[in-house]
Amino acid sequence: MDYFFQQLINGLVLGSIYGLIAIGYTMVYGIVGMINFAHGDIFMIGGFIALITFLVLVSIGLTFVPVILLLVLLVAMAVTALYGWTVERIAYRPLRQSFRLAPMLSAIGMSFVLSNFSQVSQGARVKPVPPIITGGYTLHDSGNFAVQLSNVQIVVVLTTVVLLAIFSYIVARTRFGRDMRACEQDQTMAALLGVDVDRTISMTFVIGAALAAVAGMMYLLYYGLVDFFMGFIAGIKAFTAAVLGGIGSLPGAMLGGLAIGLIETFWSAYFSVEYKDVAAFSILIIVLIFMPTGLLGRPEVEKV
Amino acid sequence: MAAPVPHPATADPSAGFGFILKKAVISALVALALFFLMIGIRTEAGPSGQLIYWTRFGELAAIVGAVFVGSIVIELLRRWIGPVGGVELPASVRGGFAVLGRLLAPALLIFALLVPVIFYHQRYLLDLAILVMTYVMLGWGLNIVVGLAGLLDLGYVAFYAVGAYSYALLAQSGLPFPHFIDTYPYVALDFLQLGQWAFWVLLPVSGLLAALWGVILGFPVLRLRGDYLAIVTLAFGEIIRLVILNWQDLTGGPNGISGIPLTPGEHGFAAMIGVPFSPTHRLVFLFYLILALALITNWVTIRLRRLPIGRAWEAMREDEVACRALGINITTTKLSAFAIGAMFGGFAGAFFATRQGFISPESFTFQESALVLAIVVLGGMGSQLGVALAALAMIGGFELFRGLDQYRMLVFGAVMVLLMIWRPRGLIGHRAPTVFLQKRTEISSSLVKEGHG
Repeated sequence: MDYFFQQLINGLVLGSIYGLIAIGYTMVYGIVGMINFAHGDIFMIGGFIALITFLVLVSIGLTFVPVILLLVLLVAMAVTALYGWTVERIAYRPLRQSFRLAPMLSAIGMSFVLSNFSQVSQGARVKPVPPIITGGYTLHDSGNFAVQLSNVQIVVVLTTVVLLAIFSYIVARTRFGRDMRACEQDQTMAALLGVDVDRTISMTFVIGAALAAVAGMMYLLYYGLVDFFMGFIAGIKAFTAAVLGGIGSLPGAMLGGLAIGLIETFWSAYFSVEYKDVAAFSILIIVLIFMPTGLLGRPEVEKV
Repeated sequence: MAAPVPHPATADPSAGFGFILKKAVISALVALALFFLMIGIRTEAGPSGQLIYWTRFGELAAIVGAVFVGSIVIELLRRWIGPVGGVELPASVRGGFAVLGRLLAPALLIFALLVPVIFYHQRYLLDLAILVMTYVMLGWGLNIVVGLAGLLDLGYVAFYAVGAYSYALLAQSGLPFPHFIDTYPYVALDFLQLGQWAFWVLLPVSGLLAALWGVILGFPVLRLRGDYLAIVTLAFGEIIRLVILNWQDLTGGPNGISGIPLTPGEHGFAAMIGVPFSPTHRLVFLFYLILALALITNWVTIRLRRLPIGRAWEAMREDEVACRALGINITTTKLSAFAIGAMFGGFAGAFFATRQGFISPESFTFQESALVLAIVVLGGMGSQLGVALAALAMIGGFELFRGLDQYRMLVFGAVMVLLMIWRPRGLIGHRAPTVFLQKRTEISSSLVKEGHG
């Protein structure tokens, strides 16, 4: 039972990271109807920016950990958001009126550009960092197995919850959130009513990228390493999470992320570590076949 | 959070140099923010495992400068070339192009047939020619799925892998199940027993196995379209690769399978036709083999296109709902496209295993799928000649940049993006439906978009 609880904790932490990435997929899909294939690599870039910022801050003599973390978070979010904005501006905006496969293919190209850009600029080797947040609590000790809750896990979950609260507020209550939901429903009508559609779409990418940067930083804190290839697999899994939760639905994305995190962790714990990715991908296929609208999604009406 | 900078999509021609300069400055500032950390600071794991970093502000300045100048140049070029747009060529020139277009395919074919004669002494070029032909074949195979049937398949490399592994496993050990062979020894297809015919027996077997996997993939994705289909095929391709990677007993895991037998020299094809065996002759043989396989793919595609099934594929590509309304069986149409496309992928895989003599999961990554897809898209989705030229350009281009190995995929990705922006329908041209009603009504693009094609 203790083992189960430990896996539950690990799964929820991993799930929070997937959920943060999944929100970016689901928002973009909701508003422009495309799979932002490069989003996984945006997450990877976020991890790298966090790593470099952390390194620089430590080397200029900052030692107080909360300040370092806050600064790293802000810098990573800002710079990665700019990456998200640039990607949209260069690779997707010119294709908005193009045929349906064009943005998808362009996104695949962009994904290659981003991952190989970081390979070329930062080298192909895995970048390890020493544990930044140490310590933790032992929740329950049965003698042969102790359930641990580390401080990193607490930080990851808390940051996710706080950011989700802020983000939900933005979508539900602010002018931008209303614009976004309006564009999601009908871009032409929104434009007629004075919503700047281009700007709203740009902001969607910016917010998605900022959340992906948070996920990248959490990944860095939790696993203590980044590499240029981590965006691909994480991206597909987060997309799976978005689909599982019902693409276009924001709570669904978070829910799907948690589900994928739990499934992956339990699969690794009880079956086999080697096939954990196979399990995640199989779930993607199964969900799309039997539940194409996901857990919280609305059915898509087919127009002729 | 970075505020979006307003960039007017279409430059007002009346705006002067100030506007261009402003735009260039903004671009340079964005580039500076983007690259300051990623390029300006280089991290690396130091000798003791501790991360160290050093600065590269020179490179950073060079790149930001390049963005500044590039932005000005692009803006100037846009002003120069932009408004000219579609120039009507005089009739005589267009006629000339048409004649050239008709002659191009036979000319290429004759050239392909002569490649081993011309480059007999350049082993490297012969090898490259074989590689190009392999991709031409893969491109033509994927073209059936993507170009004709309009199903975006991002996991095509899975069938290539199935073909290669089927061939390698069967060629090495007969059937891959030892106790099965012990129990039913007469069923075992032993490579040595089959002698020089083994390749010819196992090639179709590999193709059929790949086709079977095509159907296995096809069934669950029957209801999916567009992006969802793409992501599921991608997941399928990854699953196949991960299983190959982890099923060590059967596939050798990351070490792959080596020592895949090819018809041996003394008893092989060369001996049969009385040619002395040599590495060069082997290459020549392999080249003609893949050329023949590719031409078969091409021929089958061209023939299928004229059969009801080919018409159904094209109709499905244009509008699936209308297709269903007209009574076309979508299930068989889709499955046959997947199966036939996969079969040719399997043939190519079997050939790849033979040529290399060694296969490992490394050769079947998503990048490979993307490369083949890029060839099909570059070739104009559906045009046979276009795909062949695109494969030549792509693989040839890759070889040219072999020295810049680490920049290769970077450039490849950038080319894919630029291609989608400038020529989304392919460089060479795209294949319109083979038959259509004489009277074509004008449909506005916004309506076309609704169809979720």
